[in-house]
Amino acid sequence: MGDHDLSLPKYTSQSKSAAAQLMARLLPVTYVVVGLLCAWEGIKALWSINDNTLPHLSSIVSFFGSRSQGGRGPLLVYQMLVNALATFGVAFGGFVIGGMLGFLLALIFTQSKLLERGLMPYVVGSQTVPILAIAPMVVVGLGQMGSPDWLAKAFIAAYLTFFPVTIGMLRGLRAASSEALALMHSYAASPVQIFLKLRLPASLPYLFTALKVAATASVIGAIVAELPAGSSMGIGVVILNAAQYYNSRPEALYAAVLIAGCVGLVFYGIVAAAERLIVRERRIEA
Amino acid sequence: MSSKKYPALIGLLLVLSLLLVACGGSAQIGNAPEPTVDAPAVDAPDVAVPSPTEAEAAADAPAASGAPANVTLQLKWVAQAQFAGYYAALDQGFYEAENLNVTIRPGGPDIAPEQVVASGQAQFGINWLASLLSVREQGTPLVNIAQIYRYAGMRQLSWKDSNITSPEDLRGKKVAVWFFGNEFDLLATLAKYNINPDSDITLVQQPFDMNLLLNREVDSAAAMTYNELYQVLSAGHTIDELNILDYNAEGTAMPEDGIFVSEEWLNAAPENKDIAARFLRATFKGWEYCRDNVDACVDIVLKNDVSGVMTPEAQKWQMEEVNKLVWGDPIDNNAKIGYMEPELFKFGADTALQFGVITKPADESAYTHEIWELATGNQ
Repeated sequence: MGDHDLSLPKYTSQSKSAAAQLMARLLPVTYVVVGLLCAWEGIKALWSINDNTLPHLSSIVSFFGSRSQGGRGPLLVYQMLVNALATFGVAFGGFVIGGMLGFLLALIFTQSKLLERGLMPYVVGSQTVPILAIAPMVVVGLGQMGSPDWLAKAFIAAYLTFFPVTIGMLRGLRAASSEALALMHSYAASPVQIFLKLRLPASLPYLFTALKVAATASVIGAIVAELPAGSSMGIGVVILNAAQYYNSRPEALYAAVLIAGCVGLVFYGIVAAAERLIVRERRIEA
Repeated sequence: MSSKKYPALIGLLLVLSLLLVACGGSAQIGNAPEPTVDAPAVDAPDVAVPSPTEAEAAADAPAASGAPANVTLQLKWVAQAQFAGYYAALDQGFYEAENLNVTIRPGGPDIAPEQVVASGQAQFGINWLASLLSVREQGTPLVNIAQIYRYAGMRQLSWKDSNITSPEDLRGKKVAVWFFGNEFDLLATLAKYNINPDSDITLVQQPFDMNLLLNREVDSAAAMTYNELYQVLSAGHTIDELNILDYNAEGTAMPEDGIFVSEEWLNAAPENKDIAARFLRATFKGWEYCRDNVDACVDIVLKNDVSGVMTPEAQKWQMEEVNKLVWGDPIDNNAKIGYMEPELFKFGADTALQFGVITKPADESAYTHEIWELATGNQ
C-alpha cells in the first residue's frame, strides 16, 4: 500500500511548537493592522478629512461599546454578533449546498468528457451573471414555491460557492499521476477502488483550496441575498441601515463592514482548521 | 496512506453534515423574527418583546372566530418610523385583537412590494400610487385599499443662498432627484411652470444620501421630510439655511404610502374582505396610537431595528414628520385616516399618465373604498 505515496503530493511534517507557530503567524498580521491604522489616521490628519467622511478609529471602536435603542438596548457589539450569526448561518448553508453541488458536477465531468464539454460553458457563464441581478429572482421564485426565506438566501450563497469547488475538484480528481493510475490498473483495481483510494485522496489539497475560496464567497452571497429577501436581521440589513444613516452616524457603516470581514475570516479559519484536521498537519512541499 | 485518510474523510463528511444540521437550526433561529416580529429570536432576547396585554386583548377579539388568519405585510423600505403604525399595531396587540397573525417583512432596494404581493408571498403591501398603477397596467391586478399618507413627504431642498424660493427659480439650475418612480412630483411641478426638464434645467440622478447637496455639487436635491431632511440637519446645518419647496402647496404632490392587495386574493374567498377590513381597522388604531404616543412608538420602531444602527433622535424626528403626513399639519384627530380622496387619486393617475408611467388612463378600479368602509363603518 505504501506505493500509493506515488500519487500524493509529497508532505513533510512540521515539528515547530504550536505556540511558536502561532506567534510567527500573528506577528505579520499585527504589523499590517498597525500599519493600516496609522495610515487611516494619518490620511485623515494630512488631508484634514472631516469626521462625517472618515470617522476616527476611536469612534468606530466606541460605536461597538455603545448601546442600541438610545442606550436601553443591548450593546452594539452583541447586536452586531446576532446579525453576524444570522449571516453566517445563511453563508454556511450556501457553502454546504454549493460544495455538494460543485463536488457532484466535478464528479460527473470526470466521468464524461461529453458532459464536461457540454456543460462547462454554462458553469463558467453562470459566474459572469451579476448575482445582484439574479438574487431577487431566486428569492421571489423560491418563495413562490413555498420555500423558507433562509433556504432561498442559502441558494444565492450557493450560486457563488459551487463554481470554485467544481473547478478545484475537477483539477484535483485528475491530479493522480499516471504511474499511480497504471499501478492501480495493474492491481486490477475497480473504478470505485481507484476513486476512493487514489483519486479522492489526491484531490484533497485542491478541494480545500477551493473550499477556502468558497467560504469567503458564500459570505458575500449571503449578504447580497439578505436584501431582496426582506430580512429583518443580518449583516446586509445592517449595511443598508448604516448606509441610510451615513450622514449622521458614519461609524456604523465602517463597523458593519468590519463585522462582514470578520465573518469571512472566521469562516476561512474554520475551513483551514478542517484542512489541518484532515490533512493532518502535513503540508505540500513546494 | 490513503487508507489512513479514508476514515478522516468520513469524519469530515460527518462534521460537515452535523454542521449542516446545526446550521439549519441556527439559520431558522436567525430568521425567526421574520415570520412573526412579536416572537423574540432565541439569540436576541432584547430585540422584540411582546406586550403582556396581547394575550388578554386576543381573548375578547371582536372578529375572532377560530384560528387567527395568517397574513404578511410587505413594507416599502426598512423598519423605521415611516411604518410605525404597523409595528405599533403589532406590538400593542391590535392585530391580535382582530384575530390576525401579522408578519411584517421589511423592504429594501431590491424589493418591489407589488411583486411580493402579486406572487402571494404577502397579502398586503405598501408603496406609492404611481408604482402601483404601473404594475397594474402591466396586467397585475392590484388594488389600493387605503391611502395612509394624506400628504406627501417629498420636498426639494436648496441652500438659502441659491435663492430658489419658487419652482420658477429652478430654471437653469442643477437639480437632483431620485429616479425610478420618485421623480414625478418634480416633473409635474416643472410642467406646471412650463419648465422643460431636458433643456431648462440640468437633472441629476440622486443617490440615497444627501452628499450632493451637502457638498454643493447640485443647487437643489430631493428629500423626504422624515428622513433626508433630518440627515441634512444632523450633518450640522439648521433649517434656516434651507429653502424648502413643498409639493403639497404646489398641488403637485403624488400620493405616497398606501396599502394595496391583490384583487385575486381579495375575491378568492368571502372572508378575505373581512380579513382586509380587520387589518385596516387594527392598522388605523396603530397609527392613532403613534399619533398620541410618539415616544412609545419610537421605542417600538427601535426594538424592531435588529441592526441597532438607528438612533432615537432620528426616529423621533421621523415619527413626528410622518404623523403630519398621516394626520395633517397641525395634527387633525378627526382626519379620515386611510381614506383615498378621489381628487388625490385622480391627480396621481393623471400625472402618471402625463409622464409615461402608464400609457392608458388609469380607471378608478385601481382603488376601492369598500374595505375602508367595512373597517370604519362609514359610508
